[in-house]
Amino acid sequence: MKLSNLPIGRNAVITKVGGEGALRCRLLDMGIIPKTRIVIRSVAPLGDPIEIRIRDYTLTLRMEDAEKIEVDPIEGEAL
Amino acid sequence: MLVKIALAGNPNSGKTTLFNALTGSNQFVGNWPGVTVEKKEGKLKNHKDVIITDLPGIYSLSPYTLEEVVARNYLINERPDAILNIIDGTNLERNLYLTTQLIELGIPVVVAVNMMDVVNKNGDKINIKQLSKVLGCEVVEISALKSTGIAEAAQAALKAAREKKEVVPQHSFSGSVEHTIAHIEEAVLHDLPEQQQRWYAIKLFERDEKIIEKLKIDVKTLSHIEQDIAKCESELDDDAESIITNERYSYIASVIGSCYTKISKGKLTTTDKIDRIVTNRWLALPIFAVIMFLVYYVSVTTVGAFLTDWTNDVLFAEWVAPAAAAGLEAIGCAAWLQGLIVDGIIGGVGAVLGFVPQMLVLFLLLAFLEACGYMARIAFIMDRIFRKFGLSGKSFIPMLIGSGCGVPGIMASRTIENDRDRKMTIITTTFIPCGAKLPIIALIAGALFDGASWVAPSAYFVGVAAIIISGIILKKTKIFSGNPAPFVMELPAYHMPTLGNLLRSMWERGWSFIKKAGTIILLSTIVIWFASNFGIVDGKFAMVEDLGQGFLASIGSLIAPVFAPLGFGNWQAAVAAITGLVAKENVVGTFGVLFGFAEVAEDGSEIWGTLAASFTAISAYAFLVFNLICAPCFAAIGAIKREMNSAKWTWFAIGYQTVFAYALSLCVYQIGTLIIDGTFGIGTVVAFVIVALLLFALFKPYKQSISLKTKGVPQGM
Repeated sequence: MKLSNLPIGRNAVITKVGGEGALRCRLLDMGIIPKTRIVIRSVAPLGDPIEIRIRDYTLTLRMEDAEKIEVDPIEGEAL
Repeated sequence: MLVKIALAGNPNSGKTTLFNALTGSNQFVGNWPGVTVEKKEGKLKNHKDVIITDLPGIYSLSPYTLEEVVARNYLINERPDAILNIIDGTNLERNLYLTTQLIELGIPVVVAVNMMDVVNKNGDKINIKQLSKVLGCEVVEISALKSTGIAEAAQAALKAAREKKEVVPQHSFSGSVEHTIAHIEEAVLHDLPEQQQRWYAIKLFERDEKIIEKLKIDVKTLSHIEQDIAKCESELDDDAESIITNERYSYIASVIGSCYTKISKGKLTTTDKIDRIVTNRWLALPIFAVIMFLVYYVSVTTVGAFLTDWTNDVLFAEWVAPAAAAGLEAIGCAAWLQGLIVDGIIGGVGAVLGFVPQMLVLFLLLAFLEACGYMARIAFIMDRIFRKFGLSGKSFIPMLIGSGCGVPGIMASRTIENDRDRKMTIITTTFIPCGAKLPIIALIAGALFDGASWVAPSAYFVGVAAIIISGIILKKTKIFSGNPAPFVMELPAYHMPTLGNLLRSMWERGWSFIKKAGTIILLSTIVIWFASNFGIVDGKFAMVEDLGQGFLASIGSLIAPVFAPLGFGNWQAAVAAITGLVAKENVVGTFGVLFGFAEVAEDGSEIWGTLAASFTAISAYAFLVFNLICAPCFAAIGAIKREMNSAKWTWFAIGYQTVFAYALSLCVYQIGTLIIDGTFGIGTVVAFVIVALLLFALFKPYKQSISLKTKGVPQGM
């Protein structure tokens, strides 16, 4: 499923990172790569962007960019 | 011999604090050539021959952001003697990502693990010796905030620079990647020194266009290595960029596995607890509103206004000006020179310097919001609204501050990292009516609208509308087109900044403004003073008694016809608009003088009657709109110049503002008179054409462009 559809607080593992150019490179550089655990922590007051937790730090992403990341939800406690 | 050490690290890793600790007060702040990215250099304390260059905070050496390009051009072209890489010990994984790239450059690297005090407090362990062994370079523990380990880090970097011991990267990628990299080295890089080959080879593997261009690789060789890369990609079923990123992160995972023990995992950190409230879906906006109100209240209304009023009304008006006048009198100075110094220079520059205390208070608060980590949350909370107008979430701050004074407002735009967003914010911030424009509003409201209460709010409405319209229109022009910069932003952990760092940041920004006041603003006020006080009297060049005879008045009459389509083609209005450039509140005073009143109240109540006779309600409102939107005062133009760091962009900004103001004002007057008086003429047609053009510009589709342009960055930096 797309990261943008992942429920808040649900653990997931990244399966594919799309996008292109600057965006894709930036996502990869920040450690958003396949096989990495990711969780959505919260959503901004106006519904966008989202706050995610990955590799032990917090990052914000816009919904439209989160649509380009494929994830697989997994069981387990939130990061 | 001069030793050059580059300080590199992620944003929020404590780099600035370390830089301040290393260099003390020996700093030079400027900009990197050709771009508005701040460049700081300083001499290492007690070492006159060691220059430390503070590189922009970056996450990677990719070529996609201005900061990354600046940092990496410096590293590969200047080749400093050593790199001091500061990493955040509480977030080793992501911080080491840059480290893996830095150690491939073939430049001696020393890694300083910062925030060791926090790591120890959390009970986590980092095996420094092991880390040093697996990275292949010296590693030192520091706490920039507590000033521990700083001297050791400096010594280690100095030693590495003197011994010229290049780091030999200890990590290797998987078989087929290494194989391809070896091929690339052999095919195109054998002329380069051996220790530099690896970095270039990896960049070529990633198809980095800037590096391909720099190395001037011919098409044949390029297609040759392209085959190798494509083969490797199909073997690993992934694209080159992501293969390398993957390899780096798996290597980092192995490093961390061997030297890092984390026992605090799973626990909620203080930052998590704060963010549960501060970025909470329901509480975030109210909390944000309260914080913004406090910043505004303290810096613009209370402390700042008090200090600014004191500087203007007491320091300059009661002490400096009379003292200067008395002093000049005593030495028998010519009356005109006395006038120039006291009224022109002290009056003009003083009015500008009067904003300094207010700005300092504001900068201190902004520095705090930035350093503690809340600024990133502001961008997070406001992004949704502002990106619709091509602005950044952080644009809110300059606009809020701009309602007090445009000068600190423009300077507050510095917290916006993205170049395009920042330029757009700078151009539009002064559309919000600032404190000095309030007297103009009061004058027009009082003289022509019976002090109607809707005039002032409508001025703010016009300002906000101007920002939104400009944002959307400019975003669709060629200069600002392209995809929005990726908004992939770290929310750093909250921490308490040190007072020293806050004061330093406040002073740096304040000082650069004071310098501006001493040059461009000084010059402009002198020119305006001369133009208004001198003229041709009885065929002779002389000082004039009455401003109506001065050159400025002549210029006013000359350009007055330009304003005729806007409904205020009288020379008084033109002159008032020009003197508004010195300070907007001058508009009221100028009307007073030109209508023959020596002294007028702030809202100009004495001249309401005269003004009402020479304006109609519509032409007065058009005049108001023009003065609200047009080029701001010299102080604000100076701030624009400072922040744009380019004469071309400064002219573009004030040119755009003035043309836009003219167009809006014209529409107000022409369409207004059509509705009220039913007058229809060429002007009305022009107004409708402008409206049509505006609507077209607002609703035409966006120009799409694929890549974020970082053009304009000189390659040879």
